[in-house]
Amino acid sequence: MNDLFQTFVAGLRLGCIYGLVALGYTMVYGVLRFINFAHGDIVMVGAWLCFIVARAMHWTGFTAHPPLYAAAFVLLISMTACALLGWLTERLAYRPLRRAPRLNVLIAAIGVSLFIENAGQLRFLFGTEPQAMPSLLPRAQTALITLLGVRITVLDVVIGLLAVGLMIALDILVFRTRLGLAMRAVAFDDAAAALTGVPVNRVVGMTFIIGSALAAAGGFIFATEYHNLQQPAEMSWILLGLKAFVAAVVGGIGNIRGAMVGGLLLALLEQFGGRYVSNDLRDVYVFAILILVLLVKPGGIMGAQVTEKV
Amino acid sequence: MHPRDPRSSQFRPGLGGVVLHGAAPLLGIVALALVMDLLVAPLLPEAWYAKVLADIGINIVLAVSLNMVNGFTGQFSIGHAGFMAIGGYTAAAVVYYGSIALWGDAGFHGGYFSYCGLGHFNGPWFGGGDLLFVAACLIGGLVAAVVGVFVGLPSIRLRGDYLAIVTLGFGEIVRILIQQTPGVLPPESAATVPAPGRYLHLGGALGFTNHPFYTTIFWIWLAVGATVLVAWRLRNSTYGRAFLSIREDEIAAAAMGVPILLYKVMAFTFAAFFAGIAGGLFAHQLGSTLNPADLGFAKSFDILIMIVLGGLGSISGAILAAAGLTILPELLRNPPHVWPLLVPVVPIALALLLYRRRRLARGWGILAGGIVLLEIARDLAVAHGVQLSDYRMVFYALSLILVMILRPEGLLGTRELWELWPRKRKGGAGVRASS
Repeated sequence: MNDLFQTFVAGLRLGCIYGLVALGYTMVYGVLRFINFAHGDIVMVGAWLCFIVARAMHWTGFTAHPPLYAAAFVLLISMTACALLGWLTERLAYRPLRRAPRLNVLIAAIGVSLFIENAGQLRFLFGTEPQAMPSLLPRAQTALITLLGVRITVLDVVIGLLAVGLMIALDILVFRTRLGLAMRAVAFDDAAAALTGVPVNRVVGMTFIIGSALAAAGGFIFATEYHNLQQPAEMSWILLGLKAFVAAVVGGIGNIRGAMVGGLLLALLEQFGGRYVSNDLRDVYVFAILILVLLVKPGGIMGAQVTEKV
Repeated sequence: MHPRDPRSSQFRPGLGGVVLHGAAPLLGIVALALVMDLLVAPLLPEAWYAKVLADIGINIVLAVSLNMVNGFTGQFSIGHAGFMAIGGYTAAAVVYYGSIALWGDAGFHGGYFSYCGLGHFNGPWFGGGDLLFVAACLIGGLVAAVVGVFVGLPSIRLRGDYLAIVTLGFGEIVRILIQQTPGVLPPESAATVPAPGRYLHLGGALGFTNHPFYTTIFWIWLAVGATVLVAWRLRNSTYGRAFLSIREDEIAAAAMGVPILLYKVMAFTFAAFFAGIAGGLFAHQLGSTLNPADLGFAKSFDILIMIVLGGLGSISGAILAAAGLTILPELLRNPPHVWPLLVPVVPIALALLLYRRRRLARGWGILAGGIVLLEIARDLAVAHGVQLSDYRMVFYALSLILVMILRPEGLLGTRELWELWPRKRKGGAGVRASS
């Protein structure tokens, strides 16, 4: 029972990250109908920026005493910078290709992804050495409550609140505001939306900004949770992005609530499968469930059934 | 149409004609491989260039085969490296464990054309190892083709991006499963493990090592010739026209009675077969450790980039792009001077300007300006002691994005290289419809 609950909590932790990153994939796919392969790299940049800012403020190392606001400060800067980066990729790489065939946009996305990875490895940016992310929250590892023998730490609670808060904020933004209405209109039919006076370019730009900021939050959670930042082109980053993308597809790509559900589901599946079946095959479950979902219900769990028009 | 015209339906060649007509392309392939192996390769100043020539060949096989799915049939496959991995590991296992079974050791047993070590080779022209190697590559291709059938099947239910994701997932599953396999058995203890399980000892995440190396320029370019020939004949056949019709409009093709599923699966099978052969060649290169990490989706993306850059559906475009994109990252390691390129470019730009071809002259002018800028950037970088090789992949990625924006249809579009220039049509008889 204890073990079961422990795995469940670990799944929730991972699910927060997958969910936040999957939101960016699903929003971009909803609006522009292409897989933004560079989104996983924005997560990497977000995580690394947290470290870079913390190092610049001398909050790294054993003797450092980061103030109470340190985590919030780092997160805010990282989210702003990533939002800017996401907007720039859209403006410079994707917008000129808005009317191009899908495969071209896909290749451009791969190009952007390669660019961010390899530029990140340059010595004056992030470098090629793995780094250790400091714990910016005071008493992060103290247990707040012990439930069924599992210690729920301060960090867990803060991260959970952050992820859930961001997801609720996004849900309100998309379903309750004018900007959200415009986003849904563009996703439904961009030409018709433009005819009714929706500034399509600005809405697409905002989609990238919001998605990238959420990716940065996902990167922050990843960095504070696991403390270990691999080099920018490391396989684990790419795999993280791919899994989040799978989460978006499983939940129904283009569907915002589906992305959150898909992220949680995938993380739980990965943790339980890794714990009770075989830890080596964790990544296989993810892709196997992807193929299964696509074959049985291609629209995803919460997605609408797609009908092909002649 | 004249009855002696080979394109006429009344044309009946004699026996000699049939043999010559059928054997000529095969002889051509062997000639290509021999020329590459005996004439081109010895002219290369360093062993490193021969490696690049080999890589170009393997990449051409991969690009031309992926083009059958993405270019001809219009399906969206981004898991090509998965087929390559299946073929490569199958071939490596057949050669390694086959050598142990046949000769008791995993050494080299090939002849002259398989010898890829350094120095002079004192051995037979043809050895038993050659046969084993060729058989292994073909078995690898066949196994990959069988898997290709199953990867192609979902294409009836999934379109576009969704199919792309499934193929991507397939490639990743292959890679991860190979990573879980146990280590390669040493020759002494291979016989102690019972047969079916023995062949699954593929080295896991550490890679398949200690197998003999057979892949030479000769075998690679033989495969290149065969792949290009099959792709070319396929496209100009009934099957190829069915492929193209599916690409252009699937629903209309189905309405005309084209069995969509059959042809889609067929395209996947053909592509997988040649990717498997390329994997077998890749596995037995000199000094290669076959590592699953090298055969992940990054490799699939590389191949995809080649065919999109060359122009989807264009065989010559795929060949050009495969060669260019293999050379480009190597060139960027230590960028050479680009001044010499100005010698042809500037006169062409001036001549076009003189003949009032402003639109054409502009493109050449931009090229000349780009060369000057590149040269200035290179000299500045060298003067300030910047390591240009650090920026290699950054420039590669940037040029990829730029090409996609500036020339979205790729180098050649769906045309072939020789269709760029208008040619005189003879009579009007049997002009091949350009696709």
